[in-house]
Amino acid sequence: MTENGVSPRAKVLTIDTMNPTVKKVEYAVRGPIVQRAVELERELSEGMKKPFAEVIKANIGDAHAMGQQPITFFRQVLALCSYPELLNDSTFPEDAKSRARRILQSCGGNSMGSYSASQGIDSVRQDVARYIERRDGGVPCDPDNIYLTTGASDGIVTMLKLLVCGEGETRTGVMISIPQYPLYSAALAELGAVQINYYLNEEKCWSLDISELQRALDEARRHCNPRALCIINPGNPTGQVQSRECIEDVIRFAAKERLFLMADEVYQDNVYADGCHFHSFKKVLFEMGPEYSNTVELASFHSTSKCYMGECGFRGGYMEIINMDSEVKAQLTKLVSVRLCPPVPGQALMDLVVNPPQPGEPSYDNFIKERTATLNVLAEKAKLTEQVLNTVQGISCNPVQGAMYSFPCITIPEKAIKEATDNGQQPDMFYCMKMLEETGICLVPGSGFGQRDGTYHFRMTILPPTDKLKILLKKVKEFHQKFTEQYS
Amino acid sequence: MGQKPITFLRQVLALCSYPELLEDTKFPEDAKKRARRILEACGGHSIGAYSASQGIECIRQDVARYIEKRDGGISSNPDNIYLSTGASDAIVTMLKLLVCGEGRDRTGVMISIPQYPLYSAALADLGAVQINYYLDEDKCWGLDVAELKRSLSEARQHCNPRVLCIINPGNPTGQVQSRQCIEDVIRFAKEEHLFLMADEVYQDNVYAEGCEFHSFKKVLFEMGPEYSSTVEMASFHSTSKCYMGECGFRGGYMEIINMDPEVKAQLIKLVSVRLCPPVPGQALLDLVVNPPQPDEPSYATFMKERTAVLAALAEKAKITEQIFNTVPGITCNPVQGAMYTFPRITLPQKAIDKAEAEGQAPDMLYCMRLLEEEGICLVPGSGFGQREGTFHFRMTILPPTEKLKIVLQKISAFHLRFTQEFS
Repeated sequence: MTENGVSPRAKVLTIDTMNPTVKKVEYAVRGPIVQRAVELERELSEGMKKPFAEVIKANIGDAHAMGQQPITFFRQVLALCSYPELLNDSTFPEDAKSRARRILQSCGGNSMGSYSASQGIDSVRQDVARYIERRDGGVPCDPDNIYLTTGASDGIVTMLKLLVCGEGETRTGVMISIPQYPLYSAALAELGAVQINYYLNEEKCWSLDISELQRALDEARRHCNPRALCIINPGNPTGQVQSRECIEDVIRFAAKERLFLMADEVYQDNVYADGCHFHSFKKVLFEMGPEYSNTVELASFHSTSKCYMGECGFRGGYMEIINMDSEVKAQLTKLVSVRLCPPVPGQALMDLVVNPPQPGEPSYDNFIKERTATLNVLAEKAKLTEQVLNTVQGISCNPVQGAMYSFPCITIPEKAIKEATDNGQQPDMFYCMKMLEETGICLVPGSGFGQRDGTYHFRMTILPPTDKLKILLKKVKEFHQKFTEQYS
Repeated sequence: MGQKPITFLRQVLALCSYPELLEDTKFPEDAKKRARRILEACGGHSIGAYSASQGIECIRQDVARYIEKRDGGISSNPDNIYLSTGASDAIVTMLKLLVCGEGRDRTGVMISIPQYPLYSAALADLGAVQINYYLDEDKCWGLDVAELKRSLSEARQHCNPRVLCIINPGNPTGQVQSRQCIEDVIRFAKEEHLFLMADEVYQDNVYAEGCEFHSFKKVLFEMGPEYSSTVEMASFHSTSKCYMGECGFRGGYMEIINMDPEVKAQLIKLVSVRLCPPVPGQALLDLVVNPPQPDEPSYATFMKERTAVLAALAEKAKITEQIFNTVPGITCNPVQGAMYTFPRITLPQKAIDKAEAEGQAPDMLYCMRLLEEEGICLVPGSGFGQREGTFHFRMTILPPTEKLKIVLQKISAFHLRFTQEFS
């Protein structure tokens, strides 16, 4: 009450008067557990005593934050683009300068500070198209079908935006794997689309089963209009690298059931396990012949944030659109124009990713050395993680075939499940919160990604430096044993 | 259009991109110091790491300090600063939070006519109701509270007006609102219970004598606690305009005032889904709000470059107004600020008829002709909104002065030809 007895007026914007779809959005990767981790970091830095000396953020696929070094060549070119006076500097190799000049020449006023075309700098899109052709054994790629984006997330959200329509029983349904990267569930919640879950098979190394896709689809058809099928390969959080046969099956399924395919391939260089290979959806689609390659509508996504680059902060990415209706394409071009253009430094970086040093160029040896070292270390850490976690009774870890995460299954004692549930908390959130408070290790509970009822998981990145990762794994093991004992 | 970037800004960005350059003697100490500070605030000391979703903390602190200095000491809480991917990103995010309801309850958002079409696009995309309030062309595009009232009352019949957007300095119109006007708008927002969105990306682009930029935040707080503790507001800024012109970096921020804490938590959650704004843009923003100081090595050059850019823009603003006003059939309000001129053009009835017969906006027909005949690309006024029966185009004042003069001559000549052809 104010002095004159009048109640203070309610605000214009309150939890009750805000956009209801935003309230439905959740994003576990940066959710409550991470907020608590940040708080703990602050407390530590203020001198508060904790059972740990540092908070380890193994929650997010951020390689540089965990000490991975950037690729020298990329940063040299970016510096040259930022401050072209350096083109006169003899310490920069010629191939870096030549890339920088080419990029700058395609920028308005020869400056990275100009807006680019909304679809992205023309010469960069051409380079992306050539990269795709090389990667896919010559299957042609039209630069007009390439849209540069602000990270892959931007392209994914834009496509979902275009796809979602209808009301009630005709509302667009979008199929996504369980477990999934929660950008998808967040975007679908915000757009008011229907999320259609298809379960990956944990017993078969998180593989995809067509019969499960069929089951999910048939069930969904009763209450919505399924129109899109999203697949993340290599998988996040699960790390599986789908077989070629599986990819063909998915394409066949999409063709038969008339689904728009969205292939999230941001981890395409992160493949570690023997016998596993990355097969791009585009390539497989075209190798299946014109019956499929002329008809299946597909969008594939890539990014500068993962692989061996780890340049998350630059927000670079692209999508390739296949068989899109030309009227819709015009709408897409219009839609992206409203936000003017993706960040130009990210576009420049993408150009280098798709147009790296070639044999014979001065920077080639060093580039290959750095790239190989980074990918080898990741492969080593993937194996180490699987091994150590599988020595823990009550933790079961599928091979980390690719990507940057492990998603082990954890057994949580009944008593702990009950305590969690009594507190209105997911049991694996309860587990992860305890782990955070006791060890400083920040993971993301499986409930943030989706999992079969009655199962629990956590997602942990394999990104900390090897020595630190070993310590991390040891602490996770110790914590799990202690926790299990405490709640038995 | 050939404007040169600020040397200092680009030096620091190069240092952040390739920290080996910190050993390079040709970079000044103050640039290195800024770069080190930014890198230290980044995960793994790399601009390639994701930042916190709200933006790098020390940058938000620098932004808050900049706002305090700009606003004569009125305090700014870094927690209320959200870095964004250009101002557009933050504007769309705020509108997203605000839009709800169905049918007659659907959120209505007031925006000036003419407006920068991000607003109309975002409102269309969100399915919100766009509520137009007309700026007064005869009074140099001034804002009239009576017109705000008219438009609001009308809108209340069919939607739930909750937001008032204002662009100051204006785009496309270039007017710099008076302090009195800003107070009036704040008072109106309070009385009518509207969330205020102040788009201030052109805050350094003020040219006309007697015009000054007054931030909404500053005026709000100078109006006392009755307003400063109650009016909900978001102010937007960007690295794309002013003297920097670094559009491609997509740097920006918004400052939130008096937001409900539960909504703030939702806002934080919403921005987290897109991880973070581009870090190079965040770094650039840090330099904008924390530029070289008088005692630093780069100061003299920085001030010289900054002053030259703004002086050139002021000169071109004046030339543009002068030349257009010599053309019969073109009337140009003073370009008080921003980067555009939005002159009114008289179109012969025959041209209007032809356009309408072809299903085209008359000013689009005019602009298309100009493009085909002279290669000059302008945007027709219909793209921004204008009073029924009036026609305009928006032209930037950005080409280098000599080129601008040529462009202005060509447009003038074109206008006379066009008028002649359709009389």
